[in-house]
Amino acid sequence: MQYPVFTPEMKETYTILVPDMLPVHFKLIINILKKYGYNVELLQTSTRDVVDEGLKNVHNDTCYPALLVIGQFINALKSGKYDVNKTALMLTQTGGGCRASNYIHLLRKALRKEFPQVPVISLNLSGLEKGNGLSLTLPLLIKVLYAVIFGDLLMSLYNQCKPYEVNSGETDKVRDKWQEKLPRIFDKREFLHCKKYYRMILEDFAKIKRSQEKKIRVGIVGEIYVKYSPLANNHLEEFLLSEGCEPIVPALLEFVMYCIAGNIADGKLYQFKNLNTFMSNTAYKVIHKAQKTMIKAVKEHGVFEAPHDFDHLRSLADKYINQGVHMGEGWLIPAEMAALAETGTENIICAQPFGCLPNHIVAKGMSRVIKNSYPEANIVAIDYDPGATKVNQENRIKLMLANAKK
Amino acid sequence: MAIYSLGIDVGSTTVKTVIIDENSNIIYSEYQRHFSKVKEAVRQQLEIIGEKFPADSFRICMTGSAGLGLASSAELPFVQEVHSAFIAVREKMPDADAVIELGGEDAKIIFLTGGVEQRMNGSCAGGTGAFIDQMATLLGVTVPEMDKMSLEAEKVYPIASRCGVFAKSDIQPLLNQGAKREDICASIFQAVVDQTVSGLAQGRTIEGKVLFLGGPLSFLKGLRRAFIKTLGLSEGENAVFPDEAPVFMALGCALFARNGAEEFTISQALDKIKNAKAASGVVTGEPLFRSEKDYEEFIERHKKCDLEYADMHTYKGNAYLGIDAGSTTTKLVLITEDGRLLYNHYSSNKGQPLDRIAAKLKNIYNEINPGIKIAGSAVTGYGEDLIRAGLSIDFGVVETVAHFKAASFFCPDVDFIIDIGGQDIKCFKIKNHCIDSIMLNEACSSGCGSFIQTFALALGYDIAEFASLGLMAERPVDLGSRCTVFMNSSVKQAQKDGASVEDISAGLSSSIIKNAIYKVIRANSPDELGENIVVQGGTFLNDAVLRAFEMEMGRNVIRPAVSGLMGAFGAALYAKQKSSGESSVISKEALEEFSYTSRSAQCGGCTAKCGLNIITFGDGKKFISGNRCEKGAGKAVNSSTENLYDFKYDTMLKMTENKINNPKLRVGLPLALNFYELLPFWKALFDRVGIETVISQESSRDIYYKGQHTIPSDTVCYPAKLAHGHIESLIEKNVDFIFYPCMSYNIDEGESDNHFNCPVVAYYPELLIANNPRLNEDNFIYPYIDLNREKNVVSVMYNVLKKYGIKKSEVKSAVREAYNALADYKNEVFNKGAEIIRRARENGQKIIVLSGRPYHIDHEINHGIQKLITGLGMAVVTEDAVYQNGHYRPGVLNQWSYHARLYRAAQYVCTQPDMQLVQLVSFGCGIDAITTDEVREILETGGKLYTQLKIDEINNLGAAKIRLRSLVAAMEENKS
Repeated sequence: MQYPVFTPEMKETYTILVPDMLPVHFKLIINILKKYGYNVELLQTSTRDVVDEGLKNVHNDTCYPALLVIGQFINALKSGKYDVNKTALMLTQTGGGCRASNYIHLLRKALRKEFPQVPVISLNLSGLEKGNGLSLTLPLLIKVLYAVIFGDLLMSLYNQCKPYEVNSGETDKVRDKWQEKLPRIFDKREFLHCKKYYRMILEDFAKIKRSQEKKIRVGIVGEIYVKYSPLANNHLEEFLLSEGCEPIVPALLEFVMYCIAGNIADGKLYQFKNLNTFMSNTAYKVIHKAQKTMIKAVKEHGVFEAPHDFDHLRSLADKYINQGVHMGEGWLIPAEMAALAETGTENIICAQPFGCLPNHIVAKGMSRVIKNSYPEANIVAIDYDPGATKVNQENRIKLMLANAKK
Repeated sequence: MAIYSLGIDVGSTTVKTVIIDENSNIIYSEYQRHFSKVKEAVRQQLEIIGEKFPADSFRICMTGSAGLGLASSAELPFVQEVHSAFIAVREKMPDADAVIELGGEDAKIIFLTGGVEQRMNGSCAGGTGAFIDQMATLLGVTVPEMDKMSLEAEKVYPIASRCGVFAKSDIQPLLNQGAKREDICASIFQAVVDQTVSGLAQGRTIEGKVLFLGGPLSFLKGLRRAFIKTLGLSEGENAVFPDEAPVFMALGCALFARNGAEEFTISQALDKIKNAKAASGVVTGEPLFRSEKDYEEFIERHKKCDLEYADMHTYKGNAYLGIDAGSTTTKLVLITEDGRLLYNHYSSNKGQPLDRIAAKLKNIYNEINPGIKIAGSAVTGYGEDLIRAGLSIDFGVVETVAHFKAASFFCPDVDFIIDIGGQDIKCFKIKNHCIDSIMLNEACSSGCGSFIQTFALALGYDIAEFASLGLMAERPVDLGSRCTVFMNSSVKQAQKDGASVEDISAGLSSSIIKNAIYKVIRANSPDELGENIVVQGGTFLNDAVLRAFEMEMGRNVIRPAVSGLMGAFGAALYAKQKSSGESSVISKEALEEFSYTSRSAQCGGCTAKCGLNIITFGDGKKFISGNRCEKGAGKAVNSSTENLYDFKYDTMLKMTENKINNPKLRVGLPLALNFYELLPFWKALFDRVGIETVISQESSRDIYYKGQHTIPSDTVCYPAKLAHGHIESLIEKNVDFIFYPCMSYNIDEGESDNHFNCPVVAYYPELLIANNPRLNEDNFIYPYIDLNREKNVVSVMYNVLKKYGIKKSEVKSAVREAYNALADYKNEVFNKGAEIIRRARENGQKIIVLSGRPYHIDHEINHGIQKLITGLGMAVVTEDAVYQNGHYRPGVLNQWSYHARLYRAAQYVCTQPDMQLVQLVSFGCGIDAITTDEVREILETGGKLYTQLKIDEINNLGAAKIRLRSLVAAMEENKS
């Protein structure tokens, strides 16, 4: 089957659409891509039409994230807002044994009838889909890495302040201010002075007036898209805030490092070395160093809780599951559950698409051993699906919260 | 004036209120169905309380799934219902160890000792109380009657317990085959028990003092009995059914309120309820009709497609009888030579199709004039075999063909037929006056027509009344297009948000339509279906459903006025076409004497041990059903119809019978998932190093039950669930250790982008050890291994085996031998496949490539489908007999070894005129959501028919049979 390819020339004239997942992070990354001459736009539609387009265009037994992402794209193309002859779509592809790696092909299939001219770009580091016009140069990748780290910091601090803010809206203002400011430090090499900026951000958030009231802390783990995307999880974070909880969402960088660690784990388990394992080892070291710098900044500042060190997550995983389990979110889910429980966040929601295959093993399958280690752990798995109702989901979360209050 | 505490529990079907005094004594309690009018019911209850306690004030709290929304909009305190139960139990029954509570649609379990845990069923597990109601409706009895009947049962049939829809498709065929209704009632209760144990306990044993709560458990003795028996409890001693069970949650809620909820007088509370604003969260669609006039035009338009009628008292000549013994309904027509209608009948079969049809046939005999001669008769539908045997009907015709015949009568150029019946959605695309492709609903999304019906009854309406309510609804609710269980909770949410019954009725009609179009047909646009669409089936008699279909398609369609009778009408046309002029149908005299008895038995013909149902008719003739092969029906097996499924299975078992001498120790290998392919490899490896391999018992329902309590995820596929039982079986066999490696990667066979195993196959051992407390790192060895790297295999296996004094060199040669053994086995299978194909060709038989996964050769997984196919006179091979010859790089990421084989097999089948591919799909297999679309595309582009059979623990092959027979019929039509 022949598909249109995104050629380097198209860079000049095409608009590239990106699906919504983590607005804070994605906005930063988009700004960087824009500086490199890609005209990228983040889709933020979340109407029922998105789901309906998904249902029409994707096999309904396919996982919910695929349905939403593809629904959002088709919905955008049909909206009339974009010149469909000058629009490309971009998706990430992790390339593991989970069917998520197939989204891109399902998207192309969905486009075939009405929008055959629209090229799809795969954003991946696994060597899939070679030959598209997006050139991921090293400087670009490093900038993206720091965008993720800054995004994680903003997200984490926001969640730690928002539930406690005394003056309603103050936390949002601080986040928005940095959201505005940060893209500028990526224009030149200013972002390399990251420590300075970490400190400034930390201080800004620390200035927010917060109450000392004790709130229930609820960790959110799960499938990457459903965990983060409000469209997929029915605005889970907002719901938790409205119930008087503090939501804790693990960092996106953890997922990035998890993907890289998968190659390293395979090399160790199956005893081989190749370019891929070499590159992964190198990348891992670079990223881990960057992560540690950020964690150190938060710890030195001393007011907020820092994200989990990735090496520590790996050692936690080893207690429950082999790091060879790297389809979907693999060993990362039990590791994050353990890390949350260990740091006093025993209430955990595992958000997953209905029928997610890896989650049979790594989420529901691992709850028992996590509970054995942390008897106070209060874990609930919530399935998300176009047909699952909010009332059903909220009722189960409320049950978890009722247990938490004791 | 006193201050009391009032707990209001608003569940999915009922409202319960409890008032307690300061000493927690219940001074008032009430229980009432709300028929979805939540607010009204709560108001009524409060008014009654207001009359009884005019001067008192109350601390009020709400609980329950429907109470959630009401409480927040009325600004009353809320407590989650499981937590309410927990509070009540702590107060009233502090020594209980566990609580099981079944409500209208939720099932809950609370463990009190050994780590408090509160659990609810997931969003997939079907309702319980509502499920029992549905089943009672299906049987045409009330719930108390059903309970009484269950106590008379002699036998319990296995009924899928996961979800109501599944259970229904198990029960329906049992009914149609004439199984005893008492037994079915007991089986339904047993299914509820199994559902609770597997879906909720998930690895924790329910023991000690168990408290049973909720409406169904307090009213239904049969259900209680099933729970007590399954959990090994004894009533009164450690199984407790408190008197206040139905209102227990309301009690807990009142207890919660006592500790500090705000005080109100009843009139204040009433004001709050009255002023409660409905949330605006309801998504609404277009109204079905804008005005009465639109509706009238619609009616006029559809009136045009009607049959002509003839009078049975005056017509002279030949007449043809057509019967459609559907899953829930019975349809009969008698037509004249030129297709005019002499007699028609449509009714629910109340679970007794044979009696129903015999009675109606009597009516016909009594009414017709002597000038009419019944010259031919045909029957179609689920009950075809039974009716044909019982009433000596001339022909049996597969449903799809019958419907096509009928539709062509109304619209000779028909392009597309969609039939929505009680249980099935059937769609056929017609090309060149032949059925080109058939789409049937999966076991999961059935429940179409009968769903509206049970829903109507649950809301207190009859079906016609309920449906007509929706016609003029102004804001139909958008309820999604998922399976009925999901629709149930969507309806719940809509009710919570204040949608009216009219809006819900209209919403349900469009849901059914969306389900059909997007889930079953999988159409993107109306144009795909073609110009001329004929709709039929009882569900389309409902104007709201028909209108919703036209709106969704954006075009007008043809609905014959006899829409519900099309199957029967088609059968009559078929009878006319095939008639020899004389009919064998039971005579008037014989019909007067007609009687039958039914009993159940087990076939001893082979290891499948099919559960048989034997019906003996008055004249001594027998009808046997439930059998998969000819043996059960008492006929000799046709020895020439070999199949590769049984060959593979038998070869594998035979291989394990060879035992080595003086083994050092015994290793256990579970006969599950990828062992169905790799057993020869591991067996050879262990043999060579002097370790005896012991395999688990063959799969069966019992094996499943054995491991059921360690399954943590109730939506995983059945083949994976069975693995739990196999582990138990190996533990019982006292092996030294169980060996079950994790494998991210399968063997690279080329012709694919990667060679992964699916996540479940790859990592299931991790899940097993995490959830079976009897496994540990010593008795369960699960190393990570990549079979594409021989060196890796040697080193990993040496690590495993060195402690038994086995040298690396020994391991090395053992591994080499293992690869050879695997290659030999694969060759043997391939050669046998070639032989079966050759022989089939010599005999002029068609060949079915029944493709799936290696583990589909397990009898408990395939339910004997291969025998059903050979029974239809075709040869059966697996994908591994042909995939080696196929090449295809599909437009999806082709990265799983087993799945790449499917694509290659499909490509090869397209080049072979006498082959068809049938794809077996395990329910819950997410990866098959991708492969099925792809295989379909390969086959359809290659001019082949695509047939998919979805399998689960469901033991009934009714739907599979229809598909396969339709395939045969289509193959024959294409030929001619």
